[in-house]
Amino acid sequence: MNIKIVGRTIGRIILIEGLFMLPALLLSLIERDFSVSIAYVQTLAIMLGTSGVLLIVGRRSGETFFAQEGFVTVALCWVIFAVMGCLPFFLSGQIPSFIDALFESISGFTTTGASILSNVEAMSRSLLYWRSFTHWLGGMGILVFALAVVSDKNSGGTFHLMKAESPGPSVGKLTPRLRDTATILYGIYITMTVLCFLFLLVGGMPLFDSLCTAFGTAGTGGFGIKNDSMVSYRPYLQNVCTVFMALFGVNFSIYYLLLLRRFTDILHDEELRWYLLIMFSATAAISWNILPLIGNLGDSIQQAAFQVSSIMTTTGFSTVDFNLWPTFSKAVLMGLMLLGACAGSTGGGFKVIRLILIIKDLKRNIRRILRPRSVIVMRVSDQPIDRQTMRGVNCFLSAYLILIVVSIAIVSLEPYSLETTISAVIACFNNIGPGLDTVGPTANFSMLSNLSKLVLSADMLLGRLEIFPILALFSRYSWRKNL
Amino acid sequence: MNIIIAGDGKVGLALTSQLLREEHDLVVIDSNPNVLRANLDQFDVMTVHGNAATMATLRSANVEEADLLIAATSADEINLLCCLTAKRMNRHIHTIARVRSPEYAEQLIAMREDLGLSMTINPEQSAAMDIFRSLQFPSFLRRETFGKGRVEIVELQVKPDSVLCDIPLSSLYKIAKVKVLVCAVDRDGTVTIPDGSYVLRPGDHIYVTAKAVNLAQLIKNLGISTRKIRQVMLVGGGRLAYYLAERLISAKINVKIIESNPVRARSLAEQLPKAAVIEGDGSSKVLLDSEGIRQTDAVVTLTGIDEENIVVSMYAASNKVSKVVTKVNRLEYSGMFANLGIGSVVSPKELCGSNIVRYVRAMQNQKGSMLALHRIADGKAEAMEFLVDDSVRWRSTPLKDVPLRRGVLIACITHLNQTIIPDGNNEFRKGDSVVVVTTLENPFRQMNDIFNDKGI
Repeated sequence: MNIKIVGRTIGRIILIEGLFMLPALLLSLIERDFSVSIAYVQTLAIMLGTSGVLLIVGRRSGETFFAQEGFVTVALCWVIFAVMGCLPFFLSGQIPSFIDALFESISGFTTTGASILSNVEAMSRSLLYWRSFTHWLGGMGILVFALAVVSDKNSGGTFHLMKAESPGPSVGKLTPRLRDTATILYGIYITMTVLCFLFLLVGGMPLFDSLCTAFGTAGTGGFGIKNDSMVSYRPYLQNVCTVFMALFGVNFSIYYLLLLRRFTDILHDEELRWYLLIMFSATAAISWNILPLIGNLGDSIQQAAFQVSSIMTTTGFSTVDFNLWPTFSKAVLMGLMLLGACAGSTGGGFKVIRLILIIKDLKRNIRRILRPRSVIVMRVSDQPIDRQTMRGVNCFLSAYLILIVVSIAIVSLEPYSLETTISAVIACFNNIGPGLDTVGPTANFSMLSNLSKLVLSADMLLGRLEIFPILALFSRYSWRKNL
Repeated sequence: MNIIIAGDGKVGLALTSQLLREEHDLVVIDSNPNVLRANLDQFDVMTVHGNAATMATLRSANVEEADLLIAATSADEINLLCCLTAKRMNRHIHTIARVRSPEYAEQLIAMREDLGLSMTINPEQSAAMDIFRSLQFPSFLRRETFGKGRVEIVELQVKPDSVLCDIPLSSLYKIAKVKVLVCAVDRDGTVTIPDGSYVLRPGDHIYVTAKAVNLAQLIKNLGISTRKIRQVMLVGGGRLAYYLAERLISAKINVKIIESNPVRARSLAEQLPKAAVIEGDGSSKVLLDSEGIRQTDAVVTLTGIDEENIVVSMYAASNKVSKVVTKVNRLEYSGMFANLGIGSVVSPKELCGSNIVRYVRAMQNQKGSMLALHRIADGKAEAMEFLVDDSVRWRSTPLKDVPLRRGVLIACITHLNQTIIPDGNNEFRKGDSVVVVTTLENPFRQMNDIFNDKGI
C-alpha cells in the first residue's frame, strides 16, 4: 500500500478541519470565554503539527489512488478527524474524560447525536456551536468537501474516496468531473442549510439556536442545545424541522435532477417513492396509535410526523418523550431506526434502496424456485441491477447484522434492560442518537461504562462509513508488506 | 470541452487518458459494465452503460450539451449509426467515427455529409501509411510531416560507428552539409531539447528537422547506408497488412505475407493478386527461414499478439534484416522497447489517439490555430505547427530576441512557400507557419503559450 499518499491526503484534510474550527475560536473570543479559546488554540497547534508531519512524510507520493488506499484513507481520516475534533471538549475541561469527549466528537461527525452530557445547557456556547457544526461537516462527508476544494486535477483514482465515503450501494457521478460533482453536492447542501436557517430565524428562534439547529437538521445529526431537545420550541419551528429533516433524507441527486428540470426522472425514482410512502404510513400508524394518549388529532399527527421524520432520517431530535408511547409506536420507530434514509443523503441507517433491492431479490428467488428456467432481470427505477451491486447489498446485510449482534452482546454486560441495550446499539449504529428506555430521548449515554462507550463509538463510525472502509482499515491485507 | 467517447476499448482508453490530460470533461459509453467500472476506478470521467447508438443512451450521456462525439466501438456500423443519431439530437456536435472496413471507404467519401461526420479515422490505414513512409527511408525510425509535406521531423539512432558520435551539435552542419536542426534527443528515456554545445553519444535517438527534399542528401552525407527496400515480408495478415501491402505493391515493392488462418490467407490472395501469400505460422522459425527472412530488406510484424511481434522482430533483427517494424498494441511498456532492437515501433491505437487529439485541439481554437500536432519520442515531446496570425506576439523579431519558455524550440518556419530551418537571425511574420517542438507537459493551446512573457 502507498502509505505516503494516504498520509498526504489526511495531512491536507486536517488543515481543512483546522480552518473550519476558526469560527468556533472566534465565537469563544467574542463571548470572552478565554479558557475555551486556549483549548481551541492548543487544538489548532496540534493539528498544524500533525498535518505538517504527515505532509512531509507524504511529500513524494505518487498521484494515483487505488481501491486499497481509498478505503484506508477514508477510514483513517474519519478516525483522526474525530480525535482532533474532541480535543476542544477535552482540553477545555468541559468534558473531563477523554473517552467521553471522543464519544461526543464521533457522535457529532457521524451525525448520530448521541450525547454523554447530562446538562447540555451548562456547556459554553462556542463548544456547543462546534458540536453542532461537526454534524454539518460529517453529514455530507469531509472528503467530498476536500474533493470539491483541493483535489489535484487529473489525479487518478480519487473516485475510490467518494465510493468509500458516500452512503448507498452504488455511487454515481452527476458530472464527468468528480470535482464538479462534489461542488454541486455541496452547493445544494449549503443552499438548503441556509434555507432551513432562515425559516427558523423568521419563526422567532434566536440566532444562535437557529444556526445550531440548522446544522443538526442538515447533517441529520440531532445534537440539541437544550436539555429537552426540541420540546420547548413553538409548533411552527418543530414543523419546519420536520419538513427539512425529511428533505435532507432524500438522495441529493434528486435535487440535481430538479435543477436540471428532469421531472419525469424524479417521478420514476423508486427509492423516493418508497421513502415517502414509508414515512407517510408510519406517521399515519403512529398518530392513530397515540391518539388516545394525546386526545387531539392535529397534535397527534404533528407529534407523530416529527418523530417519524426525525427517526427515519436518523436525525434524533425529539419533541416528546416517545418512551411513554404504546409498544406498537415504539416498534414502528425501532423499525424506522433500522431502515434509515435514502442513499446519497446525509442520513444514515440501512438505506431504503437496500431494502428495495433485498425485497426484489427475495421475490426473484421465490419466482426462480417456482419457475427454475425463467430468466429474470431485476430493475429499480427502470434500470437493470447488475449482480455485483446485489452481491454488495447481501454482503452489507450480513456484516450489518453480525456487527449489531456482537455489539449488543458486549453492551449487554451492563446492568440495563434488554430494550436499553438493543436500542442503544441500533441508535448508534444507524447514527440516530436517542434510543429507548434508559437511553431514550430525555436521557443520555453518560451512565455507560468506558468499554460500552468505545464499542458504541466504533458502531457509529461503522454505520456512517457503511462498514467496509472501517473493516478494510483493520484487515491485515491492507497492511501486509509482502503481496 | 464536453466530449463523449463511445466504446471503451483500447482506443477508447488511450483517448481517455490523452484527452483528460488536455483537461476535457469526458463521458464514456460502453455496453460492458465491467470495463466501465475499471475505467471509473482509473480515470476521472463519467460512464454510461448501454448501446451507444441508441437515443436513450446518448441522452443519458447528455449529448445535447456535448461538443464532440468520438465513436470508437468495435463495430463500424454502430459507430456510423451513433454519429448519425448524435448529429440528429444535437446539430452543433462534431462527430468522429472509427471506420475500419475497407469496404466502406467509398461511401464514406460520398456520404460524409449525410452521415453527419466531421472526420473518420481508420487506425489500421493510418498505421499502414506511417509504416509505408518509414519504409521509404529505412534509415529513419520514424517520419512526421509538416508544412504540407515540405518539412519532416525524422528519428535517427546514433550507431556506435556513426560519424555523428561525440561531435557537438554546433558542428553538425560541417558533416551534414544540409541545413538541419536537431530538435530533440532521447537519451535513455529522457528527452531534452539540445543546444549547440550538446555532444551526441552512441545510442541516442535524435529527432532531426529537415526539408523533405534534403532527406536523401542528409542520409548520404551522414554515411548511412541507403539501400532501397525492394523485398518486404509481412508477418500476420490482418487489415493493417492489407492496407500496407496494397500501398507497397503500388510502389512496385515485392510483398510476401505470412498468415496462419487459411480463410484469411485465401481472401488476401484474392484481394492482392501481386502479393505472395504464404499460409503458415509466422512465429515458426523454420517457416521464417524457409521463406527467406535473411534475403528480405524489411520485416514488418503485424500479428494480433504483441509478444509474437516482438519475438519475430528480434529474430529478424538478429538475422541482419536492415529494416524492422513492429506493431505493438500496448504502448505502456514502450520505454523498454528502445533497447530491444526491434526497430521502429508502431501502435495503430496510439496513432489514432494522436490524430483525434490533433482534431480536438484544432477545434478548440479556430483562430491562432494549430495546423498539426505530432507526438515524438514516445509522446515525451510534441511537435506542433501553428499558423501565425495577428494575435501572435513577437512577430518580425529575430528569434534570438524572442523570449521562449524553457523546453521550447522553433524548429522550422515556412514563409510564402519557402521553408527555412531557422537560426537566431530569422524571424516569423504574419501568414507564416511555424513548427514548435516542446518537451513540456502542459499542452499548448495557441502559439502565444510558447513565449515566456506574461502577455502585454
